[in-house]
Amino acid sequence: MSKPKVAFFDFTCCEGCQIEFTNYGDAAFLELLNHVDVVEFREAMSEKTTEPIDIAFVEGSFSREADRARLESIRERAAIVIAYGQCSASGGINALKNHQSDYKQFVYGADAEQPQLDSQKAQPISAAIKVDYSAYGCPVNKYEVLQIVAHLLHGKEPVIPNYPVCVECKRRETVCRYDEADHCLGMVARAGCAAPCPAYGVPCEACRGFVDHPNVPALEKVLVERAGFSQKRAADKALMFNANDLEALS
Amino acid sequence: MTTARIRVDHVTRVEGHGNIVVNVTDGVVEKCEWQVPEAPRFFESMVRGRHYSEVARITSRICGICSIGHTLASIKATEDALGIEVSEQSWKLRELIKHAENFDSHVLHINILAAPDLLGAPSVFPLVATHGEVVARALRLKRLGHEWGSLIGGRTTHPMSIVPGGMAEVPTTKELTQLRERLLAAVPELEATVATVLALAPNVPAFDRPTEYVALSNDKDYALYDGDIQSVLPDGTKQRYPVADYKQVTNEFVVPQSTAKYTKNKLDSYAAGALARFNNNYDKLHPEAKKVAEALGIQPICTNPYMNTVAQAVEIVSDVYESVGLLDELIANGVELEPLVEPTKFGSGAGATEVPRGILFHEYAYDDEGMCLGGNCIIPTNQNHNNIQHDFDKLVPELVAQDKSEKEMELALEMLVRSYDPCISCSTHYLDVKFVR
Repeated sequence: MSKPKVAFFDFTCCEGCQIEFTNYGDAAFLELLNHVDVVEFREAMSEKTTEPIDIAFVEGSFSREADRARLESIRERAAIVIAYGQCSASGGINALKNHQSDYKQFVYGADAEQPQLDSQKAQPISAAIKVDYSAYGCPVNKYEVLQIVAHLLHGKEPVIPNYPVCVECKRRETVCRYDEADHCLGMVARAGCAAPCPAYGVPCEACRGFVDHPNVPALEKVLVERAGFSQKRAADKALMFNANDLEALS
Repeated sequence: MTTARIRVDHVTRVEGHGNIVVNVTDGVVEKCEWQVPEAPRFFESMVRGRHYSEVARITSRICGICSIGHTLASIKATEDALGIEVSEQSWKLRELIKHAENFDSHVLHINILAAPDLLGAPSVFPLVATHGEVVARALRLKRLGHEWGSLIGGRTTHPMSIVPGGMAEVPTTKELTQLRERLLAAVPELEATVATVLALAPNVPAFDRPTEYVALSNDKDYALYDGDIQSVLPDGTKQRYPVADYKQVTNEFVVPQSTAKYTKNKLDSYAAGALARFNNNYDKLHPEAKKVAEALGIQPICTNPYMNTVAQAVEIVSDVYESVGLLDELIANGVELEPLVEPTKFGSGAGATEVPRGILFHEYAYDDEGMCLGGNCIIPTNQNHNNIQHDFDKLVPELVAQDKSEKEMELALEMLVRSYDPCISCSTHYLDVKFVR
């Protein structure tokens, strides 16, 4: 059996999730190449393909109507589409501008209406095409990505956690940020990252999105009562990576 | 007479999206453009209304390769605005992670992005079969850079522990001692990398275009983390500017073929990056790195933009030796977690640091609650776009005069773009925003 063909594509994003692929070291990376054929990966290779693809990793948000056709052509050629990273899975950080009406004028001033500067609401790629699986996180957890690929190669459904980051902090015995006079979004944030941020002394910003059915009013209450936030700051807090989800929930 | 229609949509093996469009008819250059169609992202606007502790976490996401540098420039600007001066230990740890990022990114560019051109391959993947040891070595060094940065920052893509006021978490003295051993153990692999670059050096195209080079500079070291802005002209004239006056150097303007803004200072355009640092700060280079520069045949002021990749090879050697020196100091003093330095005021401030692709500026204003009123970020690749265009304007007629084929011209132009190691997804731009307080 020939090796599955894998390709990487990028839209509106920082391309950091692609960079994570180069951070496995020689052993894991070269082993991965024994199991898949990388047929297109603009950031790392000049080769391109118009052939069918088994797994397409699509990074970045859908933020320009002009990108729709390219997304559709990827979908047509790919058996499996993975939204790779939070920009692609939920709109991610790019959606932090969605609630502003003047972002173009703020950045480009009088030049804001020049046609090359077109931009619309930042959305997940699922707003344009069907997505089969999502690798969450800003950046992705590169070990979770290996697990997803391994599951798919074995014909299994990838298992993506749907419990909060608090579980992972307890597991690694990290002191709660609220007990360190800080704040945190861990109680509504989707786990799967192994909770590195609280372990490094900073709050979870829910960069993998929310667990299903997050209790956002309770989150705001905790931010006000235990972290001393103003009501407005509490309401805006989770916008950083979850602007689209907060809009959908409200 | 040469006739060529070159249209490279999205140059490969670079970070972000850039196009090359060249039309030549019967030896006459009709069009020659470096275009930047990257989707704009509006970070300067997004930071409005966010607390000062969150701003670097947002602007780090400007770039996946230089996220350490964006974090540092952002935090330096915020600390300037908030009247914060960090401890010597925090300063040294930040210098150490700056070296890690420079090393990590340069290893990637030299081996994975640039080398295939010099070996006549379309990417690193065919090289796994033909140059397996080079690829394996590159991946080992890449991992070293990643783990070196992760030890200080928690991870290298969007580091966590660097925060306004200092460091939220610090490595143990034991971990730093282990890192020192790993860096010294990597020296033979560095030497092998330099030998590979030396072997490929004859394939670096001969092309010269004297331009202005802009980089941070200080009187102490080969300024990466901190310094004043310095410009050096092809005749060696140097001028320094305080970071607060960065707009006097960048002078941004919008052009139709680009979503990124262009910059210029004393000449038509200027360059930032490893070659600009090398040309500005050669005298501060570590002696071991100077030896490598000599072996590689590069000396200031080098005006061949293709040599930027060679300057990167000099810098990875500098990064390792400078870091061993920093580690010696940190280990001798012992490292412990310190309380964060609190803000003493809320106002406006600017910060600059050198990222792998050149000098990076961030600026923010804060209200009395510590909430951000707006930002401005000027990215090194944006400062290079105009210089790339001017290189094109000189290079294309030269290639036509040399009777190069369309394919050869296309490769020469792509290689030129790649030599700048552009990081185009850093698409954030700014005009004359008045911060309303």
